[in-house]
Amino acid sequence: MSYQPGHSLLSFLEFVLIELFFQYIVAGLTYGTIYAIIGIGFNIIYNTTGIINFAQGEFVMLGGMTAVTLHAFLPLPLAIVGAVLCTMVIGGLIEIAFIRWLVKPSVLRMIIITIGVSILIREAARTVWGEGVRSLPYFTGNEVSALSFCGVRVSPQVLWSIGVCSVIVLLLNLFFKYTMLGREMRACASNREAAALCGIPTRSMVTFSFVLSAGIGALAGCVVSPITYTQYSIGTGLAIKGFTVAILGGLGNSMAAVGAGFILGILESFSIWVLPTAYKDTISISILLLMLFVRPGGLFGDKEAMRLKDF
Amino acid sequence: MKTSRHIPVFILFGVVVIVQLATAMTGKAFYLTQLTMTAYYSLIVIGLCLLMGFAGQISLGHAGFFAIGGYTSAVLTTLDLSAYKDTGPVVVLAKLGFLISRQGLYGGQVLSVHPWAACVAAVLLALGTAWAIGIPVLKLRGHYLAMATLGFGTIIYSIVLGTPRFGAADGISSVPPFPVLPGVNISGDSSIRLVNYYFAWILVLAAMVLLANLIHSRVGRALRSIHGAEDAAKAMGVDTARFKLYTFMLSAVLAAVAGVFLTHFKGGIGPSEASIMKSVRYVAIVAVGGMGSIWGTLIMSVVLNFFSLRGYFGTFDDAVFGGILILIMLFAPDGIIGADLRRMVGNLLPKQKSSHGAGTHV
Repeated sequence: MSYQPGHSLLSFLEFVLIELFFQYIVAGLTYGTIYAIIGIGFNIIYNTTGIINFAQGEFVMLGGMTAVTLHAFLPLPLAIVGAVLCTMVIGGLIEIAFIRWLVKPSVLRMIIITIGVSILIREAARTVWGEGVRSLPYFTGNEVSALSFCGVRVSPQVLWSIGVCSVIVLLLNLFFKYTMLGREMRACASNREAAALCGIPTRSMVTFSFVLSAGIGALAGCVVSPITYTQYSIGTGLAIKGFTVAILGGLGNSMAAVGAGFILGILESFSIWVLPTAYKDTISISILLLMLFVRPGGLFGDKEAMRLKDF
Repeated sequence: MKTSRHIPVFILFGVVVIVQLATAMTGKAFYLTQLTMTAYYSLIVIGLCLLMGFAGQISLGHAGFFAIGGYTSAVLTTLDLSAYKDTGPVVVLAKLGFLISRQGLYGGQVLSVHPWAACVAAVLLALGTAWAIGIPVLKLRGHYLAMATLGFGTIIYSIVLGTPRFGAADGISSVPPFPVLPGVNISGDSSIRLVNYYFAWILVLAAMVLLANLIHSRVGRALRSIHGAEDAAKAMGVDTARFKLYTFMLSAVLAAVAGVFLTHFKGGIGPSEASIMKSVRYVAIVAVGGMGSIWGTLIMSVVLNFFSLRGYFGTFDDAVFGGILILIMLFAPDGIIGADLRRMVGNLLPKQKSSHGAGTHV
């Protein structure tokens, strides 16, 4: 598909529109994968503990920032691995310090604690790294290199981010289905008391869910850093998007979050056609509010099951 | 019963006067500026206290209502309509006395909306928004409610930040003084600091009397029953949805009023007033004050806001509030002075049966 001079103006417009259309789709998919990964992070913790971790976006920020710092003296792959491990340790420590020892905390208390944690992480990041914007180098190629698919130009980094997301989803699926630890976590999610009676250390499962969730968030933060840049304050915005995705897919349903992530990403990128870019966030949050008002159980949620749940 | 309920109000008025005299005698009258701002911020916080502590509904978007009040007022009072002087609607508005002509910044005559009209418009807008948002939002509970209100706050913030008419990242400045009463001008001019200080605190006192009465009325009992067990309250015939909505609207109006006056006092408003961090800060203050104690909340609000405005926390301003949130929620979910205060003022508040009482359920 390419434009040859001599064609009519109409076909030129058509060509531009179609190309623009696909370009927006690609942009939407890129952001969609990020949102999906954050949404999955929400779900992992929600499933084992029943709480929403408001500090989820901060894990993404920490991953990106740590990787940039480590990259100063380590090759890129090692820096990313190091950043993911660091963030996992931080995630685990947060759970041990602030959540593990609380006896049956109320929802409001948990919300406020995780918000407090997110503020502390953000402020710590501001103190350590300053307010500057940073980014990792492109994994392959650079800012201008692009692969061409039928006239649509795609940055290799976009493929990286979609690829990493797919791998994460696949591995998580395998992990929860076939490993002992994954099965124990699922048991803990479906019935905590029963799981404890079967000898599963439920508290450690909760800690582990924070570790896993932090690791996934950090990996997402590293992969998108070249495209979206990383700053100490990106966490809150990403957390709201991730939560939107988690709600769209139905809270607790990780696979649906992937689909919901793509939907949100694409809707958001097309919203630029209608509204100024400054209002981009408004779109996704309006979707979140609408969803909460109309179908809090998610797009793919079961109506019958929804009726039994307490929103 | 009725007089004992109002004893704290008299004490508060006494403290307000003593503080003023103390600053005058020690030559620190400049403290009054921060104390006035503290009063306006306290207005939001006690409204939020009613919503969180009594109705048991969290709101992470109250800075949004503050911004609606402040920005509406700022936009309307800085609007220059003199170019449209002769067009129909403007003539009608001028006839009704909604417009005011004043000396502009660059000497020319500026025809803009009268601050009182702008104030009423701001409050009505906040009321309408709270009503429209409140009906669907207050059906939600727990995380869903928290996220929905957080989403509302974020929407207001991104609208304020992304709209050139609202000054984008710079906000709106050179908002004119607000002639509230003859001889009382709300502005940051240091020569009328004293009047502003007393006006702000009398506003807070009035709000406290209103809330104290409300809490001890049938409405207050209904709200506490909602907080304790919403389903049980419903079964007893309490119209829970309506009570929650009215409380939400009342707290939104208090936030908007605070926004209007603080904007005139500071002569401008910026997008940071609408930020999520501000909303979280208000929640933090309510939490420290012991949810369910308007007096405890007021005291903590004065202490924390004053320190913050004086810059005692330096660049760690946000971190301090984050840390406070965590510490309070981990170790003292009932607040640090809530319990003592309850003992001090005796029958001001009903006795809590369980130590986990207020603020721990949604």
